[in-house]
Amino acid sequence: MTELSLHGGISLHRIGAMILRYWYLLLSSWPRLLELLYWPALQVITWGFLQLYIAENANFFARAGGTLIGAVILWDILFRGQLGFSISFLEEMWARNLGNLMMSPLKPIEFLLSLMVMSLIRLAIGVIPMTLLALFLFHFNVYALGLPLIAFFCNLIFTSWSVGIFVSGLVLRNGLGAESIVWTLMFAILPLACVYYPVSVLPGWLQYVAWALPPTYAFEGMRALLIEHTFRTDLMLQAFAINAVLLVASFWAFLALLRSARKHGSLLSGGE
Amino acid sequence: MTENDKASSRPTVADRSSSAAIAVDHLVKVYKQTRAVDDISFSLPRGSITGLLGGNGAGKTTTIAMIMGLVLPTSGRVQVLGHRVPEESAAVLGRMNFESPYVDMPMRLTVRQNLTVFGKLYAVKNLSDRIAKLAEDLDLADFIDRANGKLSAGQKTRVALAKALINQPELLLLDEPTASLDPDTADWVRAHLERYRRDNNATILLASHNMLEVERLCDRVIIMKRGRIEDDDTPEAIMARYNRTTLEEVFLDVARGRVNGAQEAVR
Repeated sequence: MTELSLHGGISLHRIGAMILRYWYLLLSSWPRLLELLYWPALQVITWGFLQLYIAENANFFARAGGTLIGAVILWDILFRGQLGFSISFLEEMWARNLGNLMMSPLKPIEFLLSLMVMSLIRLAIGVIPMTLLALFLFHFNVYALGLPLIAFFCNLIFTSWSVGIFVSGLVLRNGLGAESIVWTLMFAILPLACVYYPVSVLPGWLQYVAWALPPTYAFEGMRALLIEHTFRTDLMLQAFAINAVLLVASFWAFLALLRSARKHGSLLSGGE
Repeated sequence: MTENDKASSRPTVADRSSSAAIAVDHLVKVYKQTRAVDDISFSLPRGSITGLLGGNGAGKTTTIAMIMGLVLPTSGRVQVLGHRVPEESAAVLGRMNFESPYVDMPMRLTVRQNLTVFGKLYAVKNLSDRIAKLAEDLDLADFIDRANGKLSAGQKTRVALAKALINQPELLLLDEPTASLDPDTADWVRAHLERYRRDNNATILLASHNMLEVERLCDRVIIMKRGRIEDDDTPEAIMARYNRTTLEEVFLDVARGRVNGAQEAVR
């Protein structure tokens, strides 16, 4: 695998081979499949009942039905999207298989594209049952958001990939000692992206930070849709623009970290 | 033929390196204060088997890793199958392969699944036929649908070799190919490598601590110590030069810094 081969053609065949590799892995391990379903279901049940309780006791939430549970579902798209990407990458580190891939004709862009597809597959396995559970238990139909849901989803998944690409580069460069970043970095975004409350709640100076994060636009957009019944196109366009910058920057960082790993011999050790 | 004609038909350094399977030129790798590889140069003709010998920390693995493009040299250049590495790696990665104790095959995937994935990565045509041929050649049939993690060390080595041969590479890099194998399996692997080289005119570079293996397989030996090349010749010539009857004795002389009369002559 060479970063310099980026200019050559992208092979769907090789991307398919990597997806097949992860698919074999998923099918071979029921705990992996169960985990995909377990956490999203737990999340939606916990927050769903909380929302039911608040709705019975507060006028605002009665009017803004679904904002909490909607936020939980969108947050899971963001968080599980990144985990789906990063865990597939970590599987290669855990299996000590990265050297085999690096020595194969697989290009970095193809590797990253296969991880993106796997994050979608893993997300579908985890989040679709979660949305059905929300519909069944709490009568919240996230699909009723209609076309705006696609805009929210795309923006969140693009951010999750950017974070996934960046943390994968860090693990590549620093070994499994950096693995904890995979699990924790997204939680640093949680309070700033205003998942469960509007941006206006934050102090003025922190609002600038919040608006630098694309997920903030998705969560604000969802609240605008559910509370004011307005789809904020402007918010979505701004989020797409920031996401485009983030994706390019994360890919550039990944290549730089890969080059640094080659320089320092990290690809040979790959361990702690 | 005139002298001018002779001169023009004589291969230049560039010609030699482009026709060689591997050409390493003044290669240096420095990790912080350590010179892991210290200004080494060699060129391996196509179809040859070369052994890279040396104690732990001699620089064998780093040298092979630089040839593979996994480690960037501090200075110097590497050319593989006529292309510069890592700059033009994309042109050669599909034509080479490797086996190393530093990597594993995914444990939860079956042998067949692993070979299928790598076969697709290398765009192997008629992949199922190729896997069937490898299963027959390397005696994998009994456990081809078993998870890689449930195999014995010998079986895993055969699977790793099958992966290394999946694309019928022109160049095969092997780091300790028979480490942790019992003598029977190790002998069997060596015989297979010899047959593969003969049938495919492949070039093989192998790093090994097993001197008998190197004596049996290699038509050339490069001995490394502290990142430098101590000697480079046929096994017979090296043993004669050190006035020894086995490569193991030569290895011990080099490792322990014993300088005899014959070695003085080398220097």
